[in-house]
Amino acid sequence: MARSLTFRAAFVSILIFAAFILAWHLSTRGTSAVQQMDPEYAKLMGITATQGKSAMPGPLDVGQKLWEHLKRPFYDNGPNDKGVGIQLAFSIARVALGYLLAVLVAIPIGFLIGMSPLMSRALDPFIQVLKPISPLAWMPLALYTIKDSSLSAIFVIFICSLWPMMINTAFGVASVRKEWLNVARTLEVGTLRRAFTVILPAAAPTIVTGMRISIGIAWLVIVAAEMLVGGTGIGYFVWNEWNNLSITNVINAILLIGLVGMVLDQVLAFAGRMVTFPE
Amino acid sequence: MAEKFISLEGIAKRYPAPGGATTTIFENLWLAMNRGEFTCVIGHSGCGKTTVLNILAGLDAPTEGTVIVDNLAIEGPSLDRAVIFQGHSLLPWRTVMGNVAYAVSSKWRRWSAAQVRTQAQKFIDLVGLTGSEHKHPAELSGGMKQRVGIARALSIQPKMMLMDEPFSALDALTRGTLQDEVRRICQETGQTTFMITHDVDEAIYLADRIVLMTNGPGAVMAEIVENPLPKERERTEIHKHPLYYAVRNHIIDFLVTRSRTFVSQTPDFDPRRVPVVRPGVDGPPLDPDSTVIRLASLGH
Repeated sequence: MARSLTFRAAFVSILIFAAFILAWHLSTRGTSAVQQMDPEYAKLMGITATQGKSAMPGPLDVGQKLWEHLKRPFYDNGPNDKGVGIQLAFSIARVALGYLLAVLVAIPIGFLIGMSPLMSRALDPFIQVLKPISPLAWMPLALYTIKDSSLSAIFVIFICSLWPMMINTAFGVASVRKEWLNVARTLEVGTLRRAFTVILPAAAPTIVTGMRISIGIAWLVIVAAEMLVGGTGIGYFVWNEWNNLSITNVINAILLIGLVGMVLDQVLAFAGRMVTFPE
Repeated sequence: MAEKFISLEGIAKRYPAPGGATTTIFENLWLAMNRGEFTCVIGHSGCGKTTVLNILAGLDAPTEGTVIVDNLAIEGPSLDRAVIFQGHSLLPWRTVMGNVAYAVSSKWRRWSAAQVRTQAQKFIDLVGLTGSEHKHPAELSGGMKQRVGIARALSIQPKMMLMDEPFSALDALTRGTLQDEVRRICQETGQTTFMITHDVDEAIYLADRIVLMTNGPGAVMAEIVENPLPKERERTEIHKHPLYYAVRNHIIDFLVTRSRTFVSQTPDFDPRRVPVVRPGVDGPPLDPDSTVIRLASLGH
C-alpha cells in the first residue's frame, strides 16, 4: 500500500509538472501584433518588438539555457560574466561562513540561557527586540563598521541565523526531562560531563530543528543581501541578469536557488534524523 | 539498633503556601535502618513518601533535620545511594549496555572501556537481560526497562538502594517476576534497601520492616511493622503462612482508618520512639470480620 501510494504520488507529481510546462509553453508561444517600424530601427530591436514574440521565455528556451549553464558552470569571463557554479559557490561559501559563526555563538549562548533561569530572564528583552529585525536592516551598519561588502553579507547571514538556533537551543536545554538530570545527579556526574552526555543528546533534536530553520532563513537572506552588495553570488547574478533583461537566466537562477535550498534543508533534516531518539 | 547504618534525624519538609503561610508535608521524622535491611514505606498518596526518598537520595534537601549514612551527614546525591526511579528514566539515546555503562563509568572514572563493559555485562546478566545489550529502551517492554534500571542501580555497587514504587507501572505478572528478582538479588548481595510502595503484598513479600505513614499534610511514621514471616519465603506460598493475614490485615487496617485518625488519636506520640509491632506474634489479634469487610471495600 505504501509503495503504491509513493508510486501514485510520483505519478501525480509528474502530471502536475507536465501540465505546468505545457501551460507555460502555450502561453509564451504566441505572438502579438507587430508595430510598423523603420527597418533600420527594427535591426536594433529584439524579436520581441519585430516579431511580436513574448518577452517571457518558454520552457524550451529556459531548458536550453540551463543546459548551457550546466555544461559550463565554472567559466570566468570577468566580473559580470561568471558561470552559475561560481556564483552559487560564492553564495554557499558566504552562507556557510556566516552560519557556522552563528552556530558557534548561538549554541553556547543557548545552553547558557537554557541552563540558567537568571541569564534566561536577563537576556530575554535583548533577544525579543533583536529577533524581529530584518537582517537587511543591519546592512548599512555592517557596511559602515566592517567597510567590506563581502564581509557585511556574511555578517547579515550570521545575524539572521543566530536567533532561531539560540532560541531552540535554549528551549531544548531548558526542557530536558528532570528525571534524566536526576539520573546524572545521583551518579555524581560533573557539570561539563552532564552537559555533553545528558543535556546535549536530550536537546539535540530541538537544536537541530533550530539549525534547520536557520539554514533556511540564511539561504533566503543571502539572495537579497547579494543583490545589495553586488560583485559575486547568485543574488547578484539574478540582479545582473535582470539588468541584462535576460529573463531566461533569472528563471534559471530561481530554479537553482530552490534546488540548493532544498539540498541544504535535506542535509539538516538528515542530521535531525541522526540525533532523534525514539522514546 | 546497635548499628544505625542509615538514620533520618528529625527531618521536615515545608513548602511556602499562598498567603505567606507554610505547608508542612511532614516534620520531625526519625527512622533508623540497619545494614542489609529491606525497609518498605507504605502510605497513601501525598503523605510525603517520595519526598522522604528524594531526601535520602539527596535529590531534595530537608527543610529541617539531617540524614546520616554510614556515620556521615549526606550532602546531595551520591554514588553510595542508587535510585531506581518510578518511571524507569533510562536515557533513550543509549542502549541497555550504554545506560548501565554510563553509571559504571561515572563511578569508576579511570576504568578502561573493557573494564566498564565487563562490570556492566555482569549486572545485565544478573537481571536476565543477556542478549538485549544493544537494544534501545524504546525496543524494550516496561518490565525489561525496569530491569535495566535495576541493573544500572546495582552496577555501581551502592551502599543502599532507593526504590520509588519501582513496579507500580507494570502488569501483575511482570511485577511478580521482578519482585522475585529483586528479592533474590538483595539477598545475594546483602543490599540495604529502602522502597516505597502502596502494594501491601509487595511490602510483606519483600520487606524486613514496613514503615506505616499517616496521611499528609503533617504525616508521621506511625508504626514500624516487623515482618514475622521467615526469611526464606516464596511469593506463591506466603499467603499460606499462619501469620500472613495478621500482618496484612494490620497494614490494611492502618491504611483504611488509622492512617487518617492516628495523629488525632495519639496526642502523646513520640516521633523519636516509633512503636515496633509484630502483628500476630505479640498483642491481641485483630478482629478478622471487620477487616474482611474493609478488604472488600478497598478492592484488594
